[in-house]
Amino acid sequence: SASAPSSPPSSSSSSSPKVDGFPRRSMRRARQRRSHSSSQFRYQSSQVELTPLPLLKDAPVAELHDLFCKKLQQCCVLFDFLDCVADLKGKEIKRAALNELVESVATSRGVLIEPLYPEAIKMISVNIFRTLPPSENPEFDPEEDEPTLEASWPHLQLVYEFFLRFLESPDFQPSMAKRYIDQKFVLQLLELFDSEDPREREYLKTILHRVYGKLLGLRAYIRKQINNIFLRFIYETEHFNGVAELLEILGSIINGFALPLKAEHKQFLVRVLIPLHTAKSLSIFHAQLAYCVVQFMEKDATVTEFIIRGLLKYWPKTCTQKEVMFLGEIEEILDVIEPSQFIRIQEPLFKQIAACISSPHFQVAERALYFWNNEYILSLIEENCQVILPLVFATLYRVSKEHWNQTIVSLIYNVLKTFMEMNSKLFDDLTASYKVEKQKEHLDRSRGWSERARPCTRKKMSRKAGIPLPASL
Amino acid sequence: MAGADGDDSLYPIAVLIDELRNEDVQNDTETQLYSLKMYSIIHIFYNTIYDEDEVLLALAEQLGNFTMLVGGPEYVHCLLPPLESLATVEETVVRDKAVESLRKISQEHSPVDLEVHFEPLVKRLASGDWFTSRTSACGLFSVCYPRVSSTVKAEIRQHFRTLCSDDTPMVRRAAASKLGEFAKVLEPEYVKSDIISLFTALASDEQDSVRLLAVEACVSIATLLPQEDLETLVMPTLRQAAEDKSWRVRYMVADKFSELQKAVGSEITKNDLVPAFQNLLKDCEAEVRAAAANKVKEFCENLPEDNREQIIMTHILPCVKELVSDTNQHVKSALASVIMGLSTILGKDNTIEHLLPLFLAQLKDECPEVRLNIISNLDCVNEVIGIRQLSQSLLPAIVELAEDAKWRVRLAIIEYMPLLAGQLGVEFFDEKLNTLCMAWLIDHVYAIREAATCNLMKLVEKFGAEWAQNTIVPKVLGMANDPNYLHRMTTLFCINALSEACGQEITTKQMLPVVLKMSNDQVANVRFNVAKSLQKIGPVLDSNALQTEVKPVLEKLATDSDMDVKYFAQEAITLQS
Repeated sequence: SASAPSSPPSSSSSSSPKVDGFPRRSMRRARQRRSHSSSQFRYQSSQVELTPLPLLKDAPVAELHDLFCKKLQQCCVLFDFLDCVADLKGKEIKRAALNELVESVATSRGVLIEPLYPEAIKMISVNIFRTLPPSENPEFDPEEDEPTLEASWPHLQLVYEFFLRFLESPDFQPSMAKRYIDQKFVLQLLELFDSEDPREREYLKTILHRVYGKLLGLRAYIRKQINNIFLRFIYETEHFNGVAELLEILGSIINGFALPLKAEHKQFLVRVLIPLHTAKSLSIFHAQLAYCVVQFMEKDATVTEFIIRGLLKYWPKTCTQKEVMFLGEIEEILDVIEPSQFIRIQEPLFKQIAACISSPHFQVAERALYFWNNEYILSLIEENCQVILPLVFATLYRVSKEHWNQTIVSLIYNVLKTFMEMNSKLFDDLTASYKVEKQKEHLDRSRGWSERARPCTRKKMSRKAGIPLPASL
Repeated sequence: MAGADGDDSLYPIAVLIDELRNEDVQNDTETQLYSLKMYSIIHIFYNTIYDEDEVLLALAEQLGNFTMLVGGPEYVHCLLPPLESLATVEETVVRDKAVESLRKISQEHSPVDLEVHFEPLVKRLASGDWFTSRTSACGLFSVCYPRVSSTVKAEIRQHFRTLCSDDTPMVRRAAASKLGEFAKVLEPEYVKSDIISLFTALASDEQDSVRLLAVEACVSIATLLPQEDLETLVMPTLRQAAEDKSWRVRYMVADKFSELQKAVGSEITKNDLVPAFQNLLKDCEAEVRAAAANKVKEFCENLPEDNREQIIMTHILPCVKELVSDTNQHVKSALASVIMGLSTILGKDNTIEHLLPLFLAQLKDECPEVRLNIISNLDCVNEVIGIRQLSQSLLPAIVELAEDAKWRVRLAIIEYMPLLAGQLGVEFFDEKLNTLCMAWLIDHVYAIREAATCNLMKLVEKFGAEWAQNTIVPKVLGMANDPNYLHRMTTLFCINALSEACGQEITTKQMLPVVLKMSNDQVANVRFNVAKSLQKIGPVLDSNALQTEVKPVLEKLATDSDMDVKYFAQEAITLQS
């Protein structure tokens, strides 16, 4: 929406007085929290009238499971939340029942017996699995716009809460659950991560994490489906609301990978995590992504070179905001890099860092120069001063004379000073040769000008005479 | 980046290019050698720059045009290896372009080469490890299938079948999107035996992104089958798609509805599609309703003529009536863009009785886009019920819209004015619309003032100079004394537009004095517009007026203190002399 050229930015239209003397009648649609409901009501058969059941806590032990089961069945009835006054009584009965179920599964032991598993999973499925409605704002920008919230949250939240308590219950038996929480179930669960409602994604994140932790048989499948979601996001739609949440789960999954890394996991790094850096909406999930990348490196230092070369390949060429993020990630990586790995990538890396330092965007230059404030990085630079200083010297020298921003200039002076202290001999040599180089360049340039003037006249002459020019021109 | 460390690696290319340049290709062996070298160049080139996606894209595209450069169709197969690896890269645009080029050069292969070189490539891609190559393979089956032997054909069908049930949804999506295309090149017996089962499976895939692509294929498949098979082979799937639990699939059905309707024929349309269309018009998702609303006119047009009117009146119109007051503006605006087309289908009486109230309701809709869509399509109703009827029922609404808060709506009304005026006649116009037309001249949006000026010109062309002199010119000239300089300038713009249509007499006697007087205006913008106007109306004036009245004023303006005034005055002088 902010990118739509026709609509004036809301801030200017509301704050600035009439500039052109004409009243501005059209205003951008006021931002407000809206909510919508999923498209499931059409498919529901006639509405059932709910009648309150006795409380679970009052039930005699012999009838507890039966009552629990009845309450689960009662909670399978869905309500229309877009009409906020419709069937208030029914909504309240269901809410109370859900609350009781949550309470019961969280606190009392011995409730979860085998016959309840299919009923519980059925209740969860009926409530949470639904086709997510189309976004009300087709150009929804997660950074700018308020998300559309799920209207049925008062019930949905309790269902998610129940599911979570169910998974976390000490009575929970993976061997029984795996019959009902199967691949199809997990696939539908993953699709819900596209929900625009952050509260729902937060629950889904914790729940999927538990499922991954407890149902070992589903692990490979979950990883594969997350892969597919990411690949689709990168190469097909560029749209998926739950990338950050899925990455967060993966961060802890990577942490638990066995060594040596399996080919599947390396492929995930190469084909999915690194290409994720190309996404337009990187800022939304960059922190989680960088965390995953660093996790990989800490697991197995040999992937370092690949990661850094990958980042350099996808280095943003026009988006400075992303460039700052990349620099941040590089610093995180350098923070934990092994010196032996550092040597392998220092050349291409510091060429890029030099390019960033000479960026006219001061935030990019500043972010790159901050590397010299990091003690560990500084120690790596010092160890490899002979290689790195010649790579960055010319840039530092030139930018210190040219940059428009005073902060950058003073930061560069500090960096130059550090280098001078590190290796004054090398520094002096480079300064001398830089000056010689500059002088030579200057001479070349003036010679070039006078030379260029000649072929110009020759060109004119030859055109007049109709003589074709030699191909080398 | 490639250039920096590529100096050495580019050396072999330089040598090869040099050799090629000095070569005189005369016989076959030389051509072969030539193409071999060309091939080497492509290869070295390809290996040097492999990681820049933009370069790869250009390479993928260009290789499709390389046939002649590698020595003609006989050697075209040497382009296959680089294109094959381009068809496996991650970046979608590169892959798609490589497939496009492969499809193109497949036509340049001889049937033998196709089997020896091209088809093995398709097979390799189809059984690749990573999804990218399998995705690319999907697009290549249909181009080689018609030209290979029956054994190879059987293999190709098998490969396609495998990819339709691939493990990754990306590949199934690619297969589903090529299903229709592949069905078209298959022999009829295989359409029935192979394609239908694939179609049914894809249409009930677990992912809605796959299912919706099957809907597209449905159109092609339905056209390939004889009418009697449609009911059993296609309709169950189509019915299921129209009621899919995912709105994306239903949206696709709505979006492709006209094509589907043509493909299944009139009998099935009557029995099946009419109720399905009603449901889509009443769908719970606005996206689906809007897509269906967009198809209302086309759907009605394509109904079988014998009971078209009856179907529309009893089944479609009630839904349309509901959509007029839909809660979503996109739905209403989609409907407004096509609803007027119904009047041609339903005829005069039905239009007056049933459609006009709907038009009126939409003309008064709170959403400007809805109003705009109705106004821009007034002409099709005009043809059916005549302007008199139209103006009587719609005029109050039109007058209201002429003062609409949204300038685009006002603009649409203005553009419709000359047509309306021509059909209504002078008397009616003067009585009802003239005031409006004059009010637009002092609108606060420039585009409206400009359009109003242009509108006046068209009106004068219709009603003649005498009418102009009596009704328009006095009002226009009166604005020359307005305190707002924008309105004074409007006088000048009107004069520019009207002088020709009004003729010499009016221009010289009434307009010119006003223009000349305005040369003393205190606002420089007015003054340089005076210079521009004088230049513009010059051709209409006689030479006497030009010499004695216009020239002195222009000369005075040419010495003005303002730079722009000077410039335009000088320009006018040069052009008139």
